[in-house]
Amino acid sequence: MTKTTTQKRYGMVIDIDRCDGCGACMVACSLENNVSVVPPEAGLHRGLTWIRVYSITNEKEYPHSDTAYLPVSCQHCGNETPCVGVCPQSAVDVDPKNGIVSQIPERCMGCRYCMVACPYHARYFNWWDPVWPEGTEHLLNPGVTPRMRGVVEKCNFCHGRHHAAQERAASEGRSEIEPNEYQTACAEACPNGAITFGDLADKDSEVAKLAAGPESFQLLKTLGTGPKVYYLTQRSWVRDMAAKTPLPLDGQSND
Amino acid sequence: MIEPLTNRAPTRVFLTWIGFWIALFAIGGYFGMLCLSQGLHHTNMNNRFGFGIWIFLDLTVIALGAGAFFSAFLLYILKKQALKDVIGSAVVLGFICYSGAVVVLAIDVGQPLRAWFTFWHPNAHSMLAEVTFCLTLYLLVLAIEYVPLILKNPSLSKNVSLLVFEGQLHKVVVVFAGVGAILSFFHQGSLGGLYGVMNGRPFAFREHFFIWPSTFFLFILSAIAAGPSFLILINKLASKISKKQLVRKEAYDFLGRISGWLLLAYVGLKSADTIVWINHTAPGSGYSVAEFFKEASFGTWILFAEIVLFGLLPALVLINDRLRKRPLLMIVAPLLVCIGIAINRYVMTLQSQSLPTLPFEEFVLYTPSLVEIGVFGGMISYGVIVFSLSYRYLPLYPGLRQKAKT
Repeated sequence: MTKTTTQKRYGMVIDIDRCDGCGACMVACSLENNVSVVPPEAGLHRGLTWIRVYSITNEKEYPHSDTAYLPVSCQHCGNETPCVGVCPQSAVDVDPKNGIVSQIPERCMGCRYCMVACPYHARYFNWWDPVWPEGTEHLLNPGVTPRMRGVVEKCNFCHGRHHAAQERAASEGRSEIEPNEYQTACAEACPNGAITFGDLADKDSEVAKLAAGPESFQLLKTLGTGPKVYYLTQRSWVRDMAAKTPLPLDGQSND
Repeated sequence: MIEPLTNRAPTRVFLTWIGFWIALFAIGGYFGMLCLSQGLHHTNMNNRFGFGIWIFLDLTVIALGAGAFFSAFLLYILKKQALKDVIGSAVVLGFICYSGAVVVLAIDVGQPLRAWFTFWHPNAHSMLAEVTFCLTLYLLVLAIEYVPLILKNPSLSKNVSLLVFEGQLHKVVVVFAGVGAILSFFHQGSLGGLYGVMNGRPFAFREHFFIWPSTFFLFILSAIAAGPSFLILINKLASKISKKQLVRKEAYDFLGRISGWLLLAYVGLKSADTIVWINHTAPGSGYSVAEFFKEASFGTWILFAEIVLFGLLPALVLINDRLRKRPLLMIVAPLLVCIGIAINRYVMTLQSQSLPTLPFEEFVLYTPSLVEIGVFGGMISYGVIVFSLSYRYLPLYPGLRQKAKT
């Protein structure tokens, strides 16, 4: 059956309570998107991790201590996207048909202004020439172009897969792709099913229902950037720590 | 061979002086080539610190170089003749600051050969695109303003064609002064706008007037306040080294007075902006300003230093006719002004990146690598070399030329 809706809004819901921090999403993402291997001296802040799993704790002593894992990628901001407006040469793009925020590495000159502007620290610069350990070049995904040194890259909701799904649909005479034809690598790889990807504009989709649920929240909602990645948790301390709450303004109260 | 002007230092002394700076420049050049050929991993920048000391340096020298466009505007458009003594040095300083900034920017970006893409695929909403356009065009204007100075060299001016060309250029200098003022106005502003528009960075984000954030106007005002102070400092330094009275006291007095009043206006507006930011803008984004200053390395002391110690204090000295007559204060106060502007650019560039926006991210400090410091030093030495050569071979100071003729 062909869907009649043309305006999509791809997004993701990540269930923090299901995530055990295994990092399978990070590995799958790197393999799918030909993310190069950086040298050991890269450290924490020079790596290329389109999706990065943060570990947070409630800072309490045992037996009350608790840990949660938050996979954070580009949040594909839907409102005044911070990285789009700042790029001097239109190398960052929001697709109006589906809301995916894309980086165009072929056009990027590596000024890194978008990285400075991103509140989610979800953009990565190629500080080194891209290399892969000997033999692993054969594992590269032919549908995704590796990036060169000196440009910025980030999660694009596996755009290569989106293109492939579109091509397949076009070859079959369809103008729309079916929901099950396009999934991100991280959502597929998660052994606990913590990541749900889909069209937020489709009210019947699982992702839209989860995003609208009472346990859902967005990172840094108060900035007004309208992220299309939502998080779920039943643990209040995780929500308190991860979601920025608005401060009282002009005599208003938070209560 | 281009002849030096009369009454200059002996060649041996000059070569020793310039040789030191050329050596420093060569080191900077080597480090720059290392980054261009092997990549920016030679720096200590990282994914949290996309901008490092080079951007801080660029913003600072561009602010200090504002003396060029502002002096040209005051002299050629508003006919403030007191500035005749400094216009030559102002143009050279402006050229040094802007050309140096462009070279450092070329090293700083990951793919400098793609810099022209900004002209081909410009993002009209990007402050950086506006900076690129205005900076490039204004550097062209500065180069055009620099040419008549070069043509006034005694050897070159013997050539009649060049002399005529210089005369023709001089006739249109008022046009370039006007164009330069407009271009500078916008790129100084858009440099401030770089930070003020970042809606995802509550430390930097500011309230907007029409399409411009307040930092757009604050950067313009602070640059035209600091530019004249920088001119005072450099000319006094040149006088000290050459042991000659290069600029009349009236010119210094005029520059000091204008710098002081503009700085006072800047301090007033900056304070108002800070109050709005503390009480409205930052809380509106979900952050209390206390969060921004909780780390000792970027505590409230830096805000106090920027606004009071290096802002209000030198402004009060410079607007006071009696205090301006004291030679020591006419060095200390402009120095404080320049340091204050540097602190402002430092804070906007580096503090805004140190602070995490995600609640579970950590505060990060950045220390530049030897390569970054080397390139930084190379740019400073480039400035000293160009200014020294210009001082030795070009008539930068009209008063000195008249003395030499008599």
